[in-house]
Amino acid sequence: MAEFLDMGGDAATVWPAYGVTIAVLTGLLVASLRTYARRRRDLERLERTGRDNR
Amino acid sequence: MTGIGALVARDLALAVRRRGEAGLTLAFFVMAAAIFPFGVGPDPLLLGSIAAGVVWVTALLASTISLDHLFRGDLEDGSLEILVLDHRPLEGVVAAKCLAHWLATGLPVVALAPLMALLLNFDMDAWWVLVLSLAIGTPALSLAGSVGASLVLGARRGGALTGLVVLPLCLPVMVFGVGAVEAALAGRPVLPHILIEAAILVAGAPLALKASAAALRIAVE
Amino acid sequence: MPLRLHSLASPARFDRFARRILPWTWVLAALLIPCGLLWGLAFSPADYQQGDTVRVMYVHVPSAWMAMACYALVALLSASFLVWKHHLAGLAALAAAPVGACFTATALVTGSLWGLPTWGTWWVWDARLTSVLVLFFLYLGYIALAGSFDDRSRGLRAASILAVVGVVNLPVIKFSVDWWNTLHQPASVLRLDGPAIHASMLWPLAITAAGFAAFFAALLVVRIRSELLAWRIEALMRRRSAGAA
Repeated sequence: MAEFLDMGGDAATVWPAYGVTIAVLTGLLVASLRTYARRRRDLERLERTGRDNR
Repeated sequence: MTGIGALVARDLALAVRRRGEAGLTLAFFVMAAAIFPFGVGPDPLLLGSIAAGVVWVTALLASTISLDHLFRGDLEDGSLEILVLDHRPLEGVVAAKCLAHWLATGLPVVALAPLMALLLNFDMDAWWVLVLSLAIGTPALSLAGSVGASLVLGARRGGALTGLVVLPLCLPVMVFGVGAVEAALAGRPVLPHILIEAAILVAGAPLALKASAAALRIAVE
Repeated sequence: MPLRLHSLASPARFDRFARRILPWTWVLAALLIPCGLLWGLAFSPADYQQGDTVRVMYVHVPSAWMAMACYALVALLSASFLVWKHHLAGLAALAAAPVGACFTATALVTGSLWGLPTWGTWWVWDARLTSVLVLFFLYLGYIALAGSFDDRSRGLRAASILAVVGVVNLPVIKFSVDWWNTLHQPASVLRLDGPAIHASMLWPLAITAAGFAAFFAALLVVRIRSELLAWRIEALMRRRSAGAA
Protein backbone atom coordinates (compact mmCIF):
# COMPACT_ATOMS: atom_id res chain seq x y z
CA MET A 1 0.00 0.00 0.00
CA ALA A 2 2.82 2.36 0.94
CA GLU A 3 4.46 1.47 -2.32
CA PHE A 4 1.28 2.37 -4.19
CA LEU A 5 1.05 5.76 -2.45
CA ASP A 6 4.68 6.43 -3.18
CA MET A 7 4.22 5.84 -6.94
CA GLY A 8 7.82 4.75 -7.41
CA GLY A 9 9.06 8.09 -6.09
CA ASP A 10 6.83 10.12 -8.38
CA ALA A 11 4.09 10.71 -5.83
CA ALA A 12 4.52 14.49 -6.02
CA THR A 13 3.65 14.34 -9.70
CA VAL A 14 0.90 11.78 -9.91
CA TRP A 15 -1.29 12.51 -6.90
CA PRO A 16 -1.61 16.28 -7.42
CA ALA A 17 -2.45 15.65 -11.07
CA TYR A 18 -5.25 13.24 -10.21
CA GLY A 19 -6.31 15.46 -7.32
CA VAL A 20 -6.61 18.57 -9.46
CA THR A 21 -8.58 16.73 -12.12
CA ILE A 22 -11.06 15.27 -9.66
CA ALA A 23 -11.33 18.57 -7.78
CA VAL A 24 -12.04 20.56 -10.93
CA LEU A 25 -14.65 18.13 -12.22
CA THR A 26 -16.35 17.88 -8.84
CA GLY A 27 -16.31 21.65 -8.36
CA LEU A 28 -17.80 22.15 -11.80
CA LEU A 29 -20.53 19.63 -11.06
CA VAL A 30 -21.41 21.21 -7.73
CA ALA A 31 -21.42 24.74 -9.18
CA SER A 32 -23.63 23.69 -12.08
CA LEU A 33 -26.14 21.95 -9.85
CA ARG A 34 -26.31 24.87 -7.46
CA THR A 35 -26.85 27.38 -10.26
CA TYR A 36 -29.59 25.18 -11.66
CA ALA A 37 -31.31 24.95 -8.29
CA ARG A 38 -31.03 28.69 -7.74
CA ARG A 39 -32.54 29.47 -11.13
CA ARG A 40 -35.36 27.00 -10.51
CA ARG A 41 -36.16 28.79 -7.26
CA ASP A 42 -35.99 32.22 -8.90
CA LEU A 43 -38.27 31.19 -11.74
CA GLU A 44 -40.80 29.66 -9.39
CA ARG A 45 -40.78 32.78 -7.27
CA LEU A 46 -41.26 34.98 -10.32
CA GLU A 47 -44.11 32.88 -11.61
CA ARG A 48 -45.77 32.79 -8.20
CA THR A 49 -45.68 36.58 -7.75
CA GLY A 50 -46.99 36.94 -11.29
CA ARG A 51 -49.95 34.73 -10.48
CA ASP A 52 -50.56 36.52 -7.17
CA ASN A 53 -50.56 39.92 -8.84
CA ARG A 54 -53.16 38.97 -11.38
CA MET B 1 -16.07 51.61 -55.30
CA THR B 2 -16.11 55.39 -55.03
CA GLY B 3 -18.23 54.89 -51.93
CA ILE B 4 -15.41 52.98 -50.31
CA GLY B 5 -12.88 55.58 -51.40
CA ALA B 6 -15.02 58.27 -49.84
CA LEU B 7 -15.28 56.27 -46.64
CA VAL B 8 -11.53 55.80 -46.44
CA ALA B 9 -10.99 59.48 -47.14
CA ARG B 10 -13.46 60.44 -44.44
CA ASP B 11 -11.86 58.14 -41.88
CA LEU B 12 -8.42 59.43 -42.77
CA ALA B 13 -9.60 63.01 -42.48
CA LEU B 14 -10.96 62.18 -39.06
CA ALA B 15 -7.68 60.51 -38.16
CA VAL B 16 -5.78 63.58 -39.27
CA ARG B 17 -8.02 65.76 -37.19
CA ARG B 18 -7.43 63.44 -34.28
CA ARG B 19 -3.77 63.16 -35.10
CA GLY B 20 -3.00 63.54 -31.43
CA GLU B 21 -4.48 60.11 -30.87
CA ALA B 22 -2.76 58.54 -33.87
CA GLY B 23 0.46 60.10 -32.70
CA LEU B 24 -0.17 58.71 -29.26
CA THR B 25 -0.37 55.19 -30.66
CA LEU B 26 2.94 55.70 -32.42
CA ALA B 27 4.47 57.15 -29.30
CA PHE B 28 3.27 54.06 -27.42
CA PHE B 29 4.93 51.84 -30.03
CA VAL B 30 8.25 53.62 -29.68
CA MET B 31 8.10 53.80 -25.90
CA ALA B 32 7.07 50.20 -25.41
CA ALA B 33 9.94 48.99 -27.55
CA ALA B 34 12.36 51.40 -25.90
CA ILE B 35 11.37 50.25 -22.44
CA PHE B 36 12.60 46.71 -23.00
CA PRO B 37 16.28 47.47 -22.37
CA PHE B 38 15.30 48.87 -19.00
CA GLY B 39 13.62 45.60 -18.22
CA VAL B 40 16.08 43.07 -19.60
CA GLY B 41 19.32 45.02 -19.40
CA PRO B 42 21.29 46.83 -22.10
CA ASP B 43 23.42 43.86 -23.16
CA PRO B 44 23.67 44.28 -26.96
CA LEU B 45 23.75 40.55 -27.65
CA LEU B 46 20.58 39.90 -25.65
CA LEU B 47 18.75 42.85 -27.17
CA GLY B 48 19.80 41.88 -30.65
CA SER B 49 18.47 38.37 -30.15
CA ILE B 50 15.04 39.56 -29.05
CA ALA B 51 14.80 42.71 -31.20
CA ALA B 52 12.61 41.26 -33.96
CA GLY B 53 10.20 39.79 -31.44
CA VAL B 54 10.03 42.97 -29.40
CA VAL B 55 9.29 45.13 -32.43
CA TRP B 56 6.60 42.71 -33.55
CA VAL B 57 4.95 42.41 -30.13
CA THR B 58 4.88 46.16 -29.61
CA ALA B 59 3.47 46.61 -33.12
CA LEU B 60 0.73 44.19 -32.15
CA LEU B 61 0.03 46.04 -28.92
CA ALA B 62 -0.01 49.41 -30.71
CA SER B 63 -2.50 48.04 -33.21
CA THR B 64 -4.68 46.66 -30.42
CA ILE B 65 -4.85 49.80 -28.28
CA SER B 66 -5.96 51.90 -31.23
CA LEU B 67 -8.87 49.61 -32.06
CA ASP B 68 -11.38 51.46 -29.94
CA HIS B 69 -11.53 54.30 -32.47
CA LEU B 70 -12.35 51.92 -35.27
CA PHE B 71 -16.09 51.73 -34.70
CA ARG B 72 -16.96 53.35 -31.42
CA GLY B 73 -16.99 56.93 -32.73
CA ASP B 74 -19.40 55.95 -35.47
CA LEU B 75 -21.54 54.01 -33.06
CA GLU B 76 -21.82 56.93 -30.69
CA ASP B 77 -22.75 59.57 -33.25
CA GLY B 78 -25.20 57.30 -35.02
CA SER B 79 -23.39 57.08 -38.33
CA LEU B 80 -22.75 53.38 -37.83
CA GLU B 81 -26.46 52.64 -38.08
CA ILE B 82 -26.61 54.53 -41.35
CA LEU B 83 -23.61 52.66 -42.67
CA VAL B 84 -25.13 49.32 -41.75
CA LEU B 85 -28.54 50.10 -43.17
CA ASP B 86 -27.53 51.89 -46.35
CA HIS B 87 -24.32 50.42 -47.57
CA ARG B 88 -24.29 47.03 -49.18
CA PRO B 89 -22.10 45.16 -48.83
CA LEU B 90 -21.20 45.92 -45.25
CA GLU B 91 -17.95 43.98 -45.73
CA GLY B 92 -16.77 46.78 -48.02
CA VAL B 93 -17.42 49.31 -45.28
CA VAL B 94 -15.40 47.24 -42.83
CA ALA B 95 -12.60 46.90 -45.38
CA ALA B 96 -12.53 50.66 -45.82
CA LYS B 97 -12.33 51.24 -42.08
CA CYS B 98 -9.56 48.63 -41.74
CA LEU B 99 -7.64 50.33 -44.52
CA ALA B 100 -7.95 53.69 -42.82
CA HIS B 101 -6.90 52.12 -39.51
CA TRP B 102 -3.86 50.58 -41.16
CA LEU B 103 -2.87 53.82 -42.88
CA ALA B 104 -3.12 55.70 -39.61
CA THR B 105 -1.56 53.07 -37.34
CA GLY B 106 0.06 50.18 -39.19
CA LEU B 107 1.90 52.06 -41.91
CA PRO B 108 3.66 54.43 -39.49
CA VAL B 109 4.68 51.41 -37.43
CA VAL B 110 6.18 49.79 -40.52
CA ALA B 111 8.01 53.02 -41.26
CA LEU B 112 9.35 53.37 -37.73
CA ALA B 113 10.25 49.71 -37.29
CA PRO B 114 13.81 50.01 -38.69
CA LEU B 115 14.50 52.80 -36.22
CA MET B 116 13.26 50.73 -33.30
CA ALA B 117 15.24 47.75 -34.52
CA LEU B 118 18.33 49.90 -34.65
CA LEU B 119 17.80 50.99 -31.05
CA LEU B 120 17.50 47.36 -30.02
CA ASN B 121 20.75 46.37 -31.67
CA PHE B 122 19.04 44.42 -34.42
CA ASP B 123 21.30 43.01 -37.14
CA MET B 124 20.41 45.59 -39.75
CA ASP B 125 21.37 43.32 -42.64
CA ALA B 126 17.89 41.89 -42.33
CA TRP B 127 16.06 45.18 -41.89
CA TRP B 128 14.15 44.77 -45.15
CA VAL B 129 12.75 41.41 -44.02
CA LEU B 130 11.52 43.02 -40.83
CA VAL B 131 9.84 45.78 -42.77
CA LEU B 132 8.35 43.33 -45.29
CA SER B 133 7.03 41.02 -42.60
CA LEU B 134 5.42 43.98 -40.83
CA ALA B 135 4.07 45.40 -44.10
CA ILE B 136 2.20 42.13 -44.64
CA GLY B 137 1.44 41.57 -40.98
CA THR B 138 0.05 44.94 -39.89
CA PRO B 139 -2.89 44.82 -42.33
CA ALA B 140 -3.67 41.36 -40.95
CA LEU B 141 -3.51 42.84 -37.46
CA SER B 142 -5.94 45.56 -38.49
CA LEU B 143 -8.31 42.97 -39.92
CA ALA B 144 -8.09 40.76 -36.86
CA GLY B 145 -8.54 43.88 -34.77
CA SER B 146 -11.72 44.83 -36.60
CA VAL B 147 -13.21 41.46 -35.64
CA GLY B 148 -12.47 42.11 -31.99
CA ALA B 149 -13.53 45.76 -32.07
CA SER B 150 -16.84 45.00 -33.75
CA LEU B 151 -17.67 42.11 -31.43
CA VAL B 152 -17.18 44.11 -28.24
CA LEU B 153 -19.08 47.19 -29.45
CA GLY B 154 -22.11 46.61 -27.28
CA ALA B 155 -20.26 45.02 -24.38
CA ARG B 156 -19.81 46.53 -20.98
CA ARG B 157 -16.04 46.52 -20.55
CA GLY B 158 -15.01 46.69 -24.16
CA GLY B 159 -11.35 47.64 -23.82
CA ALA B 160 -9.81 44.75 -21.94
CA LEU B 161 -12.07 42.28 -23.68
CA THR B 162 -10.84 43.43 -27.10
CA GLY B 163 -7.32 42.28 -26.32
CA LEU B 164 -8.45 38.85 -25.14
CA VAL B 165 -10.53 38.37 -28.28
CA VAL B 166 -7.98 39.71 -30.77
CA LEU B 167 -4.70 38.23 -29.58
CA PRO B 168 -5.30 34.56 -30.53
CA LEU B 169 -6.34 35.75 -33.98
CA CYS B 170 -3.06 37.62 -34.40
CA LEU B 171 -0.84 34.76 -33.30
CA PRO B 172 -0.29 32.95 -36.64
CA VAL B 173 0.66 36.10 -38.52
CA MET B 174 3.15 37.04 -35.85
CA VAL B 175 4.72 33.57 -35.72
CA PHE B 176 5.47 33.62 -39.42
CA GLY B 177 6.40 37.29 -39.49
CA VAL B 178 9.02 36.86 -36.81
CA GLY B 179 9.97 33.51 -38.32
CA ALA B 180 10.81 35.24 -41.57
CA VAL B 181 13.13 37.65 -39.81
CA GLU B 182 14.83 34.90 -37.84
CA ALA B 183 15.26 32.86 -41.01
CA ALA B 184 16.96 35.83 -42.63
CA LEU B 185 19.28 36.23 -39.65
CA ALA B 186 20.13 32.53 -39.70
CA GLY B 187 20.77 32.46 -43.41
CA ARG B 188 17.78 30.24 -44.10
CA PRO B 189 15.27 30.91 -46.89
CA VAL B 190 12.88 33.70 -46.06
CA LEU B 191 10.34 33.16 -48.81
CA PRO B 192 8.35 30.30 -47.25
CA HIS B 193 7.61 32.36 -44.14
CA ILE B 194 6.65 35.42 -46.12
CA LEU B 195 4.44 33.41 -48.44
CA ILE B 196 2.63 31.71 -45.58
CA GLU B 197 2.19 35.04 -43.84
CA ALA B 198 0.74 36.53 -47.02
CA ALA B 199 -1.48 33.49 -47.47
CA ILE B 200 -2.86 33.93 -43.97
CA LEU B 201 -3.60 37.57 -44.73
CA VAL B 202 -5.30 36.84 -48.04
CA ALA B 203 -7.26 33.81 -46.82
CA GLY B 204 -8.18 35.37 -43.50
CA ALA B 205 -9.36 38.69 -44.88
CA PRO B 206 -12.75 37.52 -46.22
CA LEU B 207 -13.55 35.69 -42.99
CA ALA B 208 -12.53 38.69 -40.90
CA LEU B 209 -14.65 41.04 -42.99
CA LYS B 210 -17.68 38.76 -42.85
CA ALA B 211 -17.35 38.27 -39.10
CA SER B 212 -16.93 42.00 -38.46
CA ALA B 213 -19.93 42.81 -40.63
CA ALA B 214 -22.06 40.29 -38.77
CA ALA B 215 -20.90 41.71 -35.45
CA LEU B 216 -21.69 45.26 -36.56
CA ARG B 217 -25.23 44.24 -37.46
CA ILE B 218 -25.66 42.85 -33.96
CA ALA B 219 -24.29 46.04 -32.46
CA VAL B 220 -26.71 48.41 -34.15
CA GLU B 221 -29.95 46.55 -33.80
CA MET C 1 -37.51 40.23 -27.24
CA PRO C 2 -40.89 38.53 -27.66
CA LEU C 3 -41.18 34.90 -26.57
CA ARG C 4 -41.52 32.80 -29.70
CA LEU C 5 -43.62 29.74 -29.10
CA HIS C 6 -42.07 27.58 -31.79
CA SER C 7 -38.62 28.10 -30.33
CA LEU C 8 -39.95 26.80 -27.04
CA ALA C 9 -41.03 23.57 -28.67
CA SER C 10 -37.44 22.45 -29.01
CA PRO C 11 -36.68 23.03 -25.35
CA ALA C 12 -39.72 20.96 -24.36
CA ARG C 13 -38.56 18.12 -26.58
CA PHE C 14 -35.10 18.53 -25.21
CA ASP C 15 -36.41 18.32 -21.67
CA ARG C 16 -38.10 14.98 -22.39
CA PHE C 17 -34.96 13.68 -24.08
CA ALA C 18 -32.88 14.88 -21.14
CA ARG C 19 -35.02 13.16 -18.55
CA ARG C 20 -34.62 9.86 -20.40
CA ILE C 21 -30.88 9.79 -20.96
CA LEU C 22 -29.67 11.70 -17.93
CA PRO C 23 -29.75 8.85 -15.39
CA TRP C 24 -27.90 6.55 -17.78
CA THR C 25 -25.12 9.02 -18.51
CA TRP C 26 -24.60 9.65 -14.79
CA VAL C 27 -24.39 5.92 -14.17
CA LEU C 28 -21.96 5.51 -17.04
CA ALA C 29 -19.77 8.32 -15.79
CA ALA C 30 -19.85 7.07 -12.20
CA LEU C 31 -18.79 3.61 -13.35
CA LEU C 32 -16.27 4.42 -16.06
CA ILE C 33 -14.26 7.22 -14.45
CA PRO C 34 -13.27 5.48 -11.21
CA CYS C 35 -12.69 2.25 -13.14
CA GLY C 36 -10.43 3.92 -15.67
CA LEU C 37 -8.53 6.01 -13.14
CA LEU C 38 -8.00 3.12 -10.75
CA TRP C 39 -6.87 0.89 -13.56
CA GLY C 40 -4.40 3.55 -14.67
CA LEU C 41 -3.13 4.15 -11.14
CA ALA C 42 -2.81 0.61 -9.89
CA PHE C 43 -3.03 -1.94 -12.66
CA SER C 44 -1.20 -0.47 -15.62
CA PRO C 45 2.54 -0.75 -16.17
CA ALA C 46 5.00 2.00 -15.35
CA ASP C 47 6.99 3.36 -18.24
CA TYR C 48 10.53 2.26 -19.01
CA GLN C 49 11.79 5.84 -19.22
CA GLN C 50 9.30 7.96 -17.29
CA GLY C 51 8.50 5.58 -14.47
CA ASP C 52 5.21 6.12 -12.69
CA THR C 53 4.81 9.70 -13.94
CA VAL C 54 3.35 8.26 -17.11
CA ARG C 55 0.21 7.57 -15.09
CA VAL C 56 -0.59 11.29 -15.37
CA MET C 57 -1.38 10.46 -18.99
CA TYR C 58 -4.66 8.90 -17.87
CA VAL C 59 -5.94 12.26 -16.64
CA HIS C 60 -4.04 14.55 -18.98
CA VAL C 61 -4.86 12.99 -22.33
CA PRO C 62 -8.62 12.52 -21.79
CA SER C 63 -8.81 16.10 -20.46
CA ALA C 64 -7.05 17.40 -23.56
CA TRP C 65 -9.30 15.34 -25.82
CA MET C 66 -12.41 16.66 -24.06
CA ALA C 67 -11.08 20.23 -24.23
CA MET C 68 -10.68 20.02 -27.99
CA ALA C 69 -13.86 18.06 -28.66
CA CYS C 70 -15.85 20.50 -26.56
CA TYR C 71 -14.55 23.47 -28.51
CA ALA C 72 -15.48 21.80 -31.78
CA LEU C 73 -18.93 21.23 -30.31
CA VAL C 74 -19.24 24.85 -29.17
CA ALA C 75 -18.25 26.04 -32.65
CA LEU C 76 -20.66 23.64 -34.37
CA LEU C 77 -23.54 24.65 -32.11
CA SER C 78 -22.68 28.33 -32.57
CA ALA C 79 -22.69 27.97 -36.35
CA SER C 80 -26.02 26.17 -36.18
CA PHE C 81 -27.36 28.99 -34.01
CA LEU C 82 -26.10 31.71 -36.35
CA VAL C 83 -27.13 30.10 -39.62
CA TRP C 84 -30.43 28.39 -38.75
CA LYS C 85 -31.40 30.55 -35.76
CA HIS C 86 -31.69 27.39 -33.67
CA HIS C 87 -31.81 29.02 -30.26
CA LEU C 88 -31.32 25.84 -28.26
CA ALA C 89 -28.04 25.28 -30.10
CA GLY C 90 -26.81 28.68 -28.99
CA LEU C 91 -27.73 27.98 -25.38
CA ALA C 92 -26.09 24.57 -25.57
CA ALA C 93 -22.85 26.19 -26.73
CA LEU C 94 -23.06 28.67 -23.86
CA ALA C 95 -23.58 25.80 -21.45
CA ALA C 96 -20.72 23.73 -22.86
CA ALA C 97 -18.03 26.40 -22.97
CA PRO C 98 -17.21 26.59 -19.24
CA VAL C 99 -16.97 22.80 -19.10
CA GLY C 100 -14.51 22.87 -21.97
CA ALA C 101 -12.57 25.62 -20.24
CA CYS C 102 -12.32 23.51 -17.09
CA PHE C 103 -11.06 20.50 -19.07
CA THR C 104 -8.52 22.82 -20.71
CA ALA C 105 -7.33 24.10 -17.37
CA THR C 106 -7.03 20.54 -16.09
CA ALA C 107 -5.08 19.55 -19.20
CA LEU C 108 -2.73 22.49 -18.66
CA VAL C 109 -2.11 21.79 -14.98
CA THR C 110 -1.66 18.04 -15.42
CA GLY C 111 0.51 18.63 -18.46
CA SER C 112 2.63 21.01 -16.45
CA LEU C 113 2.93 18.53 -13.57
CA TRP C 114 3.85 15.79 -16.03
CA GLY C 115 6.45 18.00 -17.63
CA LEU C 116 8.18 18.84 -14.38
CA PRO C 117 10.07 15.57 -13.88
CA THR C 118 10.43 15.14 -17.63
CA TRP C 119 11.86 18.54 -18.47
CA GLY C 120 12.84 19.93 -15.09
CA THR C 121 10.66 23.05 -15.26
CA TRP C 122 7.05 23.85 -14.45
CA TRP C 123 6.19 25.16 -17.86
CA VAL C 124 7.57 24.38 -21.29
CA TRP C 125 6.56 26.05 -24.49
CA ASP C 126 6.19 22.84 -26.40
CA ALA C 127 3.73 22.68 -29.28
CA ARG C 128 0.99 20.82 -27.50
CA LEU C 129 0.93 22.75 -24.21
CA THR C 130 1.14 26.05 -26.07
CA SER C 131 -1.76 25.09 -28.31
CA VAL C 132 -3.82 24.09 -25.29
CA LEU C 133 -2.96 27.43 -23.69
CA VAL C 134 -4.23 29.28 -26.75
CA LEU C 135 -7.35 27.11 -26.70
CA PHE C 136 -7.84 28.23 -23.10
CA PHE C 137 -7.73 31.86 -24.22
CA LEU C 138 -10.27 31.12 -26.94
CA TYR C 139 -12.60 29.66 -24.32
CA LEU C 140 -12.09 32.63 -22.00
CA GLY C 141 -12.81 35.03 -24.86
CA TYR C 142 -16.07 33.26 -25.69
CA ILE C 143 -17.24 33.11 -22.09
CA ALA C 144 -16.24 36.70 -21.33
CA LEU C 145 -17.85 38.05 -24.48
CA ALA C 146 -21.12 36.20 -23.90
CA GLY C 147 -21.30 37.53 -20.37
CA SER C 148 -20.39 41.15 -21.11
CA PHE C 149 -23.66 42.23 -22.65
CA ASP C 150 -26.66 43.46 -20.74
CA ASP C 151 -28.81 41.76 -23.36
CA ARG C 152 -27.95 38.06 -23.07
CA SER C 153 -29.18 37.26 -26.54
CA ARG C 154 -26.84 39.81 -28.13
CA GLY C 155 -23.97 38.51 -26.05
CA LEU C 156 -24.73 34.98 -27.19
CA ARG C 157 -24.76 36.00 -30.84
CA ALA C 158 -21.50 37.92 -30.54
CA ALA C 159 -19.85 35.01 -28.74
CA SER C 160 -21.15 32.61 -31.40
CA ILE C 161 -19.43 34.61 -34.11
CA LEU C 162 -16.25 34.49 -32.06
CA ALA C 163 -16.56 30.72 -31.69
CA VAL C 164 -16.86 30.20 -35.43
CA VAL C 165 -13.94 32.53 -36.13
CA GLY C 166 -11.95 30.75 -33.45
CA VAL C 167 -12.54 27.27 -34.79
CA VAL C 168 -11.41 28.33 -38.25
CA ASN C 169 -8.38 29.96 -36.69
CA LEU C 170 -7.55 26.93 -34.54
CA PRO C 171 -5.87 24.73 -37.19
CA VAL C 172 -3.89 27.76 -38.33
CA ILE C 173 -2.79 28.38 -34.77
CA LYS C 174 -1.86 24.73 -34.33
CA PHE C 175 0.13 24.86 -37.57
CA SER C 176 1.88 28.06 -36.49
CA VAL C 177 2.71 26.76 -33.04
CA ASP C 178 4.11 23.52 -34.48
CA TRP C 179 6.18 25.52 -36.94
CA TRP C 180 7.38 27.89 -34.23
CA ASN C 181 8.21 24.98 -32.00
CA THR C 182 10.34 23.13 -34.54
CA LEU C 183 12.27 26.32 -35.11
CA HIS C 184 13.05 26.76 -31.43
CA GLN C 185 13.25 23.30 -29.94
CA PRO C 186 15.93 20.68 -30.42
CA ALA C 187 14.80 17.76 -32.53
CA SER C 188 14.72 15.17 -29.77
CA VAL C 189 12.00 16.21 -27.37
CA LEU C 190 10.20 13.70 -25.26
CA ARG C 191 6.60 13.76 -26.35
CA LEU C 192 4.00 14.07 -23.65
CA ASP C 193 2.20 11.14 -25.23
CA GLY C 194 4.35 8.70 -23.41
CA PRO C 195 5.69 5.72 -25.27
CA ALA C 196 3.87 4.02 -28.10
CA ILE C 197 0.67 3.08 -26.36
CA HIS C 198 0.11 -0.63 -26.14
CA ALA C 199 -2.98 -2.46 -24.99
CA SER C 200 -2.28 -2.44 -21.27
CA MET C 201 -2.21 1.34 -21.39
CA LEU C 202 -4.86 1.80 -24.03
CA TRP C 203 -7.67 0.24 -22.00
CA PRO C 204 -7.55 2.52 -18.94
CA LEU C 205 -7.05 5.49 -21.26
CA ALA C 206 -10.08 4.62 -23.37
CA ILE C 207 -12.24 3.86 -20.35
CA THR C 208 -11.35 7.13 -18.63
CA ALA C 209 -11.93 9.06 -21.86
CA ALA C 210 -15.33 7.42 -22.27
CA GLY C 211 -16.12 8.22 -18.65
CA PHE C 212 -15.17 11.87 -19.16
CA ALA C 213 -17.40 11.98 -22.22
CA ALA C 214 -20.33 10.55 -20.29
CA PHE C 215 -19.72 13.02 -17.48
CA PHE C 216 -19.60 15.82 -20.01
CA ALA C 217 -22.87 14.73 -21.60
CA ALA C 218 -24.65 14.54 -18.26
CA LEU C 219 -23.26 17.86 -17.06
CA LEU C 220 -24.12 19.49 -20.36
CA VAL C 221 -27.75 18.44 -20.06
CA VAL C 222 -27.94 19.93 -16.57
CA ARG C 223 -26.33 23.15 -17.73
CA ILE C 224 -28.55 23.45 -20.83
CA ARG C 225 -31.63 23.17 -18.67
CA SER C 226 -30.08 25.79 -16.42
CA GLU C 227 -29.56 28.13 -19.39
CA LEU C 228 -33.14 27.57 -20.51
CA LEU C 229 -34.30 28.62 -17.05
CA ALA C 230 -32.14 31.73 -17.16
CA TRP C 231 -33.56 32.60 -20.56
CA ARG C 232 -37.12 32.21 -19.33
CA ILE C 233 -36.33 34.30 -16.25
CA GLU C 234 -34.92 37.10 -18.37
CA ALA C 235 -37.87 36.99 -20.76
CA LEU C 236 -40.31 37.06 -17.86
CA MET C 237 -38.59 39.98 -16.20
CA ARG C 238 -38.49 41.90 -19.43
CA ARG C 239 -42.20 41.31 -20.00
CA ARG C 240 -42.96 42.39 -16.44
CA SER C 241 -40.97 45.62 -16.73
CA ALA C 242 -42.49 46.32 -20.13
CA GLY C 243 -45.95 45.70 -18.72
CA ALA C 244 -45.27 47.90 -15.71
CA ALA C 245 -43.97 50.69 -17.97
